[in-house]
Amino acid sequence: MYDKGKIIPGLIIFFFLLTFPFWYSLGQASYESPKPKLPVNEKKCIEDVNWMRANHMELLNKWRDMVVRHDMTHYVNTAGKDYEISLEKTCMKCHTSRKEFCEKCHVKVSVSPYCWDCHVAPEEVRDGQ
Amino acid sequence: MDNKRRKILKFAAVSAALGFTGLPIEGLASYFPKIGKYVRSDKEKKAKQWAMVIDTRKFKTKEDFKRVIEACNSIHNVPEDIPNKKQEIKWIWEDEFEHVFPDQENPFLAERYKDQEVLSLCNHCQHPPCVRVCPTQATFKRSDGIVMMDFHRCIGCRYCMAACPYGSRSFNFRDPAPYVKHKNPDFPTRMRGVVEKCLFCYERLADGKMPACVEASNGAMIFGDLMDPNSEVRKVLRENYTIVRKPELGTEPCVFYII
Repeated sequence: MYDKGKIIPGLIIFFFLLTFPFWYSLGQASYESPKPKLPVNEKKCIEDVNWMRANHMELLNKWRDMVVRHDMTHYVNTAGKDYEISLEKTCMKCHTSRKEFCEKCHVKVSVSPYCWDCHVAPEEVRDGQ
Repeated sequence: MDNKRRKILKFAAVSAALGFTGLPIEGLASYFPKIGKYVRSDKEKKAKQWAMVIDTRKFKTKEDFKRVIEACNSIHNVPEDIPNKKQEIKWIWEDEFEHVFPDQENPFLAERYKDQEVLSLCNHCQHPPCVRVCPTQATFKRSDGIVMMDFHRCIGCRYCMAACPYGSRSFNFRDPAPYVKHKNPDFPTRMRGVVEKCLFCYERLADGKMPACVEASNGAMIFGDLMDPNSEVRKVLRENYTIVRKPELGTEPCVFYII
């Protein structure tokens, strides 16, 4: 083999970097799924819970466009139940805390939706702000 | 050889059949798209073009104005008492007669109008210039004639403010939150860099209620469908002489004033 002296150390460095994430996290605490506080009084979300977990942002986007731009103020879910389209009046009636529910996951996965820049979180009302 | 092929085909058929029944796999349901129906509120008040008549004769004291303006501000989280006058946020406000109607200028105007304050708000024009200039369609005309704002979409370019001949639009030069006295959780606040204005209480109309200012005005403001000849606004318009702001611009305002 030509250039053995360069190739073999090069390969070693390459594999070192390639496997870095695996052995770097060895011995560290493993990832824990965030545990948002679930509503006490309500068992069913607007749609299937697993689906909501994955797609709530799309539903909220659609809700927002429908209510602001197309005057559709109510949503009838796949089971036929009618809900008023409103973040504060519908979603946050069951999920009563921005900190304990929304942010539990959003902080963990570092997404920062700007809903609460304008919408009034239930906490703000409770604290009398 | 043949035998093997037969087996493979059988296996494929059975698994396909199982697949179609979609039976046993847990959580499978959560992968199907959920397409609910979007419907209008059944309590909703309907119109082709909402319009308002303001009877300026019935606004006599400061209290009359304050009651109406307060009703709007408190419901819509409108910031109040911003120290810099140029950064004020106004949805409905009082102004001098000659400011609201500059084209009515007359050095010998009856004395009553000299001191008369007049309510001023978004005119929800039939041909709104603000809608024409908005580059993101954040402001648009609804089917019921309300010039609506989608705060989510507003990029704060302020073209609409330049286009509006009535000064009905305000820009949030700063975060309005500290100036909102009591936040109403049922209506969003706004953030810095967004334009806002009166929305004819579209959220109350959807609930079957009259706009907040109309409700608080004790009959000094009349609200209804301009395109319905039997509506209350049309009745009032038939019986009274009314003027609109800057009619020469052709925006066709839908807020009328009994003088």
